[in-house]
Amino acid sequence: MSASAASGFLLSGTSSTVTVGIVTPQKMQFDQPLHLRSGAQLPAYELAYETYGQLNALRSNAVLVCHALNASHHVAGTYADQTNNTGWWDNLVGPGKPLDTNRFFVIGVNNPGSCFGSTGPTNLNPASGQPWGSDFPVVTVEDWVDAQARLLDRLGIGQLAAVLGGSLGGMQALAWSLRHPERLRHCIAVATAPNLSAQNIAFNEVARRAITTDPEFHAGHYLRHGTIPRRGLRVARMIGHITYLSDDSMEAKFGRELRHGALAYTTQDIEFQIESYLRHQGDKFSEYFDANTYLLITRALDYFDPARETGGDLSRAFAAARAVRFLVVSFATDWRFSPARSREIVKALVDNQTAVSYAEIDAPHGHDAFLLEDPRYHAVMRLRFDAIAREVGV
Amino acid sequence: MKPSPSLPEHLRAIAALVPPGSRVLDLGCGSGELLAHLIERRGCSGYGVEIDDTNLQACVARGVDVIQINLEDGLAMFADRSFDVVLQLQTLQHLRNTETMLRETARVGRMGIVSFPNFAHWPNRLSVLGGRMPVTKALPYQWYDTPNIRVTTCQDFQELAQRNGLRILQHFGVQAARRVDWWPNLLASVAVFQFDGPAR
Repeated sequence: MSASAASGFLLSGTSSTVTVGIVTPQKMQFDQPLHLRSGAQLPAYELAYETYGQLNALRSNAVLVCHALNASHHVAGTYADQTNNTGWWDNLVGPGKPLDTNRFFVIGVNNPGSCFGSTGPTNLNPASGQPWGSDFPVVTVEDWVDAQARLLDRLGIGQLAAVLGGSLGGMQALAWSLRHPERLRHCIAVATAPNLSAQNIAFNEVARRAITTDPEFHAGHYLRHGTIPRRGLRVARMIGHITYLSDDSMEAKFGRELRHGALAYTTQDIEFQIESYLRHQGDKFSEYFDANTYLLITRALDYFDPARETGGDLSRAFAAARAVRFLVVSFATDWRFSPARSREIVKALVDNQTAVSYAEIDAPHGHDAFLLEDPRYHAVMRLRFDAIAREVGV
Repeated sequence: MKPSPSLPEHLRAIAALVPPGSRVLDLGCGSGELLAHLIERRGCSGYGVEIDDTNLQACVARGVDVIQINLEDGLAMFADRSFDVVLQLQTLQHLRNTETMLRETARVGRMGIVSFPNFAHWPNRLSVLGGRMPVTKALPYQWYDTPNIRVTTCQDFQELAQRNGLRILQHFGVQAARRVDWWPNLLASVAVFQFDGPAR
């Protein structure tokens, strides 16, 4: 088992400055097809992943970190050739950090269908010799969890100390507890929901329509046409980004601030700073994110609904996870996945007499808060992982 | 779970009311001290409920499961009779919807245990006779800054409990960390009631 070099902890400093250091992404090839919920299968595929810290002799200290929409296996640290490319949860994962890589063996894995290294729509479809494009099979949260479980098999990890995820990553953590409850001791689900609301699906649909109605989309086979539906991706990201921030944090950051100090009385040019910000976010995103991946991932969000198999009864759905211990965390100003949605999860767990703690963090940042370093949030995460470390003997 | 130090005597008197092996819901569980004791020493299980961040963290640090919700919003998360014992210690006096909470406690638990400052403790009576609101160990606040928005007495509580069809199983006072069984409404600064819900 090769764990990435974690040399950063030799440096002294606060938790926010010490990191796992330079990390190297790895790949694992799977030749057995992955049978998908849709009935289709993914023939052969590759998973990109990273690990931090050392697996202990008992193999009891592994923690799987599941990623959300716009993230990957690159959870912490930086790359030797891209020192600015810091992992997306670097403030939480590292030596001395709440998820302490001096004690835990942390695994980040990129999901199939993504565009960051694991097999996805930009890769070649072996059947056609062309990029998969929109022929890439529809993948669900459960399919991802099954793919992750296979990676753990290959890494020789029978039971995880914990599965951790935020937002869509939190849904994967929940799905782990339902599909493979014997393979995790703890489930930590942050800023997530037991399914998407009509409003959530509506936002996703606007984003998808922006992409699919872009003239460059070519029914999803844009790569064959040597183009990219950038305009659609930009708008998709802009609408998504609005839902990640709270009204208050957007107001505090931008208010009605003007781009040029005075009104220009134009309908098409940027007048307000918030417009400039959203356009910038959209532009950046359209340079690195794949449009088909965006469609697939938003669909995986839409489809996630564990209570669907139990007649809408979430408590019955969670009966499968009785032996897992849960920590559910929500943020007061998150209107995308509001605290009320997390409380639904907690209620279903309480109905099953399942071990669960629930923290509702009064942070101002909206949905994005799960990626930020709020002291109350990180204190709860640190204390929980301390308790897990004691439990698994590290 | 981290082993916890021994419990103060007045909490031990309350812990003794909880049957071993009970499913417990501790409303306003503070740092989780009592719940940890019940889990370790009496084989109980269950959850604490807390609104305060510092207390929540103390519970997580102990390994006691805690749920951060506002009791003013009710107990909708908890099903009827889903706990053997619902504890509500030194919490009731902070809540606006006291009567609703008492009914909710009886709905969720087969047995309820509440404690609160007893306003009829004799030094308080003297203080009011002398024309001033009491400021004591059990009621350490001035009238204008107290978080105790409901002040009551053993007798008053008894009446409220009866009006809601609760059956009082045990009642005693606590004074200077000691159990008081004689004239608790006069002699104890803290009141403790154990009850079960209306028959259904």
